[in-house]
Amino acid sequence: MRYAMAVDTRKCVGCSDCVVACQTENDVPIGFCRDWVVEVMDGTYPQLEIEIRSERCNHCVNAPCVRCCPTGASHIVDGGIVLVEPGECIGCGACMASCPYDARYPHPSGYVDKCTFCFHRIKNGMSPACVEVCPTKCLYFGDLDDMNSDVSVVLKKRKSKTLIPEAGTDPQLYFLI
Amino acid sequence: MKEEIIVSGRMNQLIDPHLHIWHWQISLYLFLGGMAAGILAIAALYFIRGREKDYRTAVRITPFLAPVLLVLGLIALFIDLRHKLFFWQLYTNIKLQSPMSWGAWTLMVITPASFIWCALHIKDIFPDWDWKYKWIYNLDTFFNKYKKTLAWVMLIYAIILGIYTGILLSAFNARPLWNTSILGPLFLASGLSAGAAVTLLLSKDKAERKQFARIDLVLIGIELFLIIHLFMGFLASTQVQIEAANMFLGGPYTMSFWIFVVILGMLIPALLEIMELGKFHIPVLVPVTLVILGSLMLRFIIVYAGQVSRWLY
Repeated sequence: MRYAMAVDTRKCVGCSDCVVACQTENDVPIGFCRDWVVEVMDGTYPQLEIEIRSERCNHCVNAPCVRCCPTGASHIVDGGIVLVEPGECIGCGACMASCPYDARYPHPSGYVDKCTFCFHRIKNGMSPACVEVCPTKCLYFGDLDDMNSDVSVVLKKRKSKTLIPEAGTDPQLYFLI
Repeated sequence: MKEEIIVSGRMNQLIDPHLHIWHWQISLYLFLGGMAAGILAIAALYFIRGREKDYRTAVRITPFLAPVLLVLGLIALFIDLRHKLFFWQLYTNIKLQSPMSWGAWTLMVITPASFIWCALHIKDIFPDWDWKYKWIYNLDTFFNKYKKTLAWVMLIYAIILGIYTGILLSAFNARPLWNTSILGPLFLASGLSAGAAVTLLLSKDKAERKQFARIDLVLIGIELFLIIHLFMGFLASTQVQIEAANMFLGGPYTMSFWIFVVILGMLIPALLEIMELGKFHIPVLVPVTLVILGSLMLRFIIVYAGQVSRWLY
């Protein structure tokens, strides 16, 4: 099993509903976020191109945060999801320094927090909160090993890219272009 | 023109607008750990080579600073942790791929070793010292018997500690400035140089002073060589590492790095030490202070600048 997410940069309008849904679902402390929306504007008027990306933890196959964690608090669970165990985290900051996507943040309680792909929801057969609420249905989630999952189907149909693949992390957040 | 903005308004504390998770605590610890490693490595090396009589200060006196530096460093590290009550988790896990785990375990060995080494030489500082209890005397005899083994443990772990202070940073490929294997040897050389400088200051023996001025000179030479290689490597590497190098070659860290680390921390003390070896005698406190401050500045600048350097994104 290999969970992954695909973001359609052509359908995303940058409404940030995914961000709010995540903050509500996961009790993200005020002033922080586990996902965010990036808008890239390229060119000069009137030749403008725009790309909007809903970003979050890439749940890398070769996750540098897991490699650098001195206690094993950062770990990879079944399905390739990168999680943090608060009771094992000492808040040293190594994982935050090791993440090229800056996807982690220090929770005010001291431990490090990040996107979990809504692990508590997908365990019960639901999709992540951001995917659930997206009004343009531009987020696709599922198991890459299952040929019929939403994410597998859309990745087969469309061209996609990942962010900073040259960092060697093998990220699992795909952007449809 | 390409413009990239986060439209959902992200401003995660300590992460945005660029990473700034590590502050003076880590820089100070890297410096203290590096200097302690330098002091202990030199002491152990000269003891093993049987030069204890020639370099009495380096083997018997300077090591008294090491436990103090290590404990201060550990306190700084502890202050840096954000989930402090769980610090013991470091010692219920061994993660071979994590430099920080290596560091935690190395400190667990070298800190007690440095205390034992000092205890064995306590009479050099306090001639009338009395351990009072018989069992401490027994321990004293025990460690004296295995002093050579202790010295080997100290030497090996001091070198690991010295290199690890650099590897800790170079393991993060997310920060291009840190992601170079030169950082390990550079920090080791810098720590050894600071350690040698302290002996130069404390020693009252002319021959020993001369030897340590020479050692420090060689180490400064090695450091300069490594710094040149560091930038050569960056400039011949990928775009992100070229940009990391440019922070020091015209960018915001140019002045602080070249003036405080290279000129004041290496070139001037090297010049003063050459004069010390010759006929001109300057107060040895001057080059020693400069070397130690340069070593401290190197850690501060690399820790801060590294967090600013990032992948094109």
